[in-house]
Amino acid sequence: MKLIIAIIQPEELPEIKEELLKNKIYKFTVSNALGQGKEVPLTEVYRGIAHEISLLKKVRLEIAVNDEYVDNAVDSIIKVAQGAKDKGRGKIFILPVEECIRLRTNERGKEAIG
Amino acid sequence: MSTPDFTINNTWMLISTILVFLMHLGFAALEAGLTRAKNTVNILFKNTSIVAIGLLTYALCGFSLMYPGDFILGDWLGFAGFGLNPGENWNTPSYNVGYTYYTDFIFQAMFAATAATIVSGAVAERVKLSSFLLFSTLYVAIIYPIAGSWKWGGGWLDQLGFYDFAGSTLVHGVGGWAALVGAYVLGPRIGKYTRKGAHPIKGHNMPLTAIGVFLLWFGWYGFNGGSVLSANPGAVSTVFVTTTLSAAGGVIGSMILSWYLSNKPDLSMILNGSLAGLVGITAGADVIDPATSILVGLISGLLVVSSVLYLDSRKIDDPVGAISVHLICGLWGTLAVGIFSTDHSISIQLLGVLSYGVFCLASSMLIFYLIDKLLGLRVDEQEEIVGLDISEHDMEAYAGFQIFNVE
Repeated sequence: MKLIIAIIQPEELPEIKEELLKNKIYKFTVSNALGQGKEVPLTEVYRGIAHEISLLKKVRLEIAVNDEYVDNAVDSIIKVAQGAKDKGRGKIFILPVEECIRLRTNERGKEAIG
Repeated sequence: MSTPDFTINNTWMLISTILVFLMHLGFAALEAGLTRAKNTVNILFKNTSIVAIGLLTYALCGFSLMYPGDFILGDWLGFAGFGLNPGENWNTPSYNVGYTYYTDFIFQAMFAATAATIVSGAVAERVKLSSFLLFSTLYVAIIYPIAGSWKWGGGWLDQLGFYDFAGSTLVHGVGGWAALVGAYVLGPRIGKYTRKGAHPIKGHNMPLTAIGVFLLWFGWYGFNGGSVLSANPGAVSTVFVTTTLSAAGGVIGSMILSWYLSNKPDLSMILNGSLAGLVGITAGADVIDPATSILVGLISGLLVVSSVLYLDSRKIDDPVGAISVHLICGLWGTLAVGIFSTDHSISIQLLGVLSYGVFCLASSMLIFYLIDKLLGLRVDEQEEIVGLDISEHDMEAYAGFQIFNVE
């Protein structure tokens, strides 16, 4: 079992979600995040004062899958995000998962994730 | 006996009173929108309590200080006694052809509360609640009505021919001077000015700010329209037109300058710009002709943007632009009467503006100084960082909403 954490651009979320569903990944969690990476900071102006914004709005996507679905998930995300010229498009982290429990049934492990 | 004219006049004055009352919701929304989410309960608490304080003190002593009838000390200070004293014929045209005694009181009481509210935006996000409430009480109970009596109560400036139709100086200037002193003595919010220069502390809700500005503009039809003091068709409709055109001019003036200076059109600046135009025309809404009122508004719009930038360069931190809108455009509007109306003299207008400046600066400095010795003016550093909602009220404005408190 693996936990995939992807930091992506907010505007990419709808397309990535569609790809995930196409690749039979139906369960994931999304949250708003702020982050800074390699990108050029944004310049904003508020009441006449220009200033750099280095913490930018991102989306944090979490997907827990059985091992055989890791490639599906990763490919879905990369397909949408790859090829962009600008830096700071995001990253994917893959972590091992010790246990997974479905709350309603108390199922464990592989069954609980799927 | 009440005649149809008297009834119509009085009804218009009461409608105007309701409109001015609504401006308090405008101030509350505007100030909440231009400050951070962690200080919203505190802003709303202040803006609610000031309305109550303004109205109660005006009933207790403000009205009789501002309209004393006979002056005690020269034509500088008079007092007609505590409480409301309608006297005989209070509800007939023999009191006034435009309104009854109680209409007179409640309309003027709404104005008093407005002057007190102006200060709250400039000192937002760092002033100690108890100190602020004490300051507002003293300022609106004593300073505002005494200052007002000099002109509207028939005092010395009135006799010299000073003119301020609806209060560019008497309301906005008087509130604005205290806002300037407050922002100055408190110092800037933590993190506003760094070694690299001014760092913006962004307001958390622009839609709320816009709603506040539109409510203020809406209420201004009562503020200026009611200051005709009757439902006189010609005068009220003229005032509606000059008020509107100046507000529109203020939007365009601030748009041009902010767009030119920062390469991007700034919403908060044009919102301030509409208020700037409204404050600017308030002194002369009945004596400045409609075409000129556009010019008054345009200049107000240019002034408000320049003033916001200038105050930031002097490290005077005014989160909502209250000093620029109310004080600077209040000064401008009062002088504009002398410039554009042939019936009024620029030197007397200037004398009036300076006299109010000296009186309001001195009195608000004294009050702030005394309160600083007594209670302290500012919350401590940790309380400011946590936010006044939690540190002053143990309460949050957006329970159940996700708020990003990262600055």
